[in-house]
Amino acid sequence: MRVLEKSGKTVDDAIKASLEELGVTVDQVDIEIIDEGSKGLFGFGSRDAKVRVTLKYDAEKEVKKFLKDIIRTLKLNVDFLIYYSELESTMKIEFFGANVGFIIGHRGDVLDSLQYLCYLVANKERTDDKLIHVVIDAENYREKREMTLRNLAERMAKKAVSLHKNVVLEPMAPYERKIIHEALQNNPSVETYSIGEDPHRKVVIALKK
Amino acid sequence: MSELVEIIAKALVDNPDKVEVKEVEGEQSIIIELKVAPEDMGKVIGKQGRIAKAIRTVVKAAASKEHKRVMVEII
Repeated sequence: MRVLEKSGKTVDDAIKASLEELGVTVDQVDIEIIDEGSKGLFGFGSRDAKVRVTLKYDAEKEVKKFLKDIIRTLKLNVDFLIYYSELESTMKIEFFGANVGFIIGHRGDVLDSLQYLCYLVANKERTDDKLIHVVIDAENYREKREMTLRNLAERMAKKAVSLHKNVVLEPMAPYERKIIHEALQNNPSVETYSIGEDPHRKVVIALKK
Repeated sequence: MSELVEIIAKALVDNPDKVEVKEVEGEQSIIIELKVAPEDMGKVIGKQGRIAKAIRTVVKAAASKEHKRVMVEII
């Protein structure tokens, strides 16, 4: 975090000088007045005002730079848009372009990793508990994956019923397991639970007794 | 590939100037050694190695694009 201390004839002068030096506007910094300054008496004992200006951490800017650097290094033909809501503490990033397949990776493993890394970058200087929630998507992958998982859940539930056997799905990420649990929570003939430890935790579709 | 590791590591740590990345080319694979300030170790490893795993996933994907095998070691 960049911190700057500056003096001026008045507090306003000192703030103005700091902003000029940092090349930012007043909403991008935190200002602390160290010394109000004093005009003195008849020109004697005058003291300059002093302020300390701290550049605020701009989560959106940092994440944008982070992803741009990665894209440039890997020479990927992709671009992205960031929708950041400071009020709701959410950041949604959407990728598009010829190489989105790379960004998604195998079953979304790269997408999930980038999402986690961006989450860390976005919340790097957060000391309060209002952490920014980051979601990365590319060509509606998340929505499509959810549909696929819902279909899988239904199919496997039918299989469990027809074979009269519990069906164990392959290991999945927490939010993917959640989709399976939710898809079958109102199913009259099966119930679901998870076994094992992450990252090998998997959902079991069991017959209701 | 080492540039990618450097970008990611520098974005995560508190002391980016202390990040050192070395590439050791083997016969079949490339080993990338990542060194950070001791107090930043947690920032590149994470709970149960979650951050290290995310870094490795991205690097592995990037390497396979160039038909290479890359291992990232944090030392």
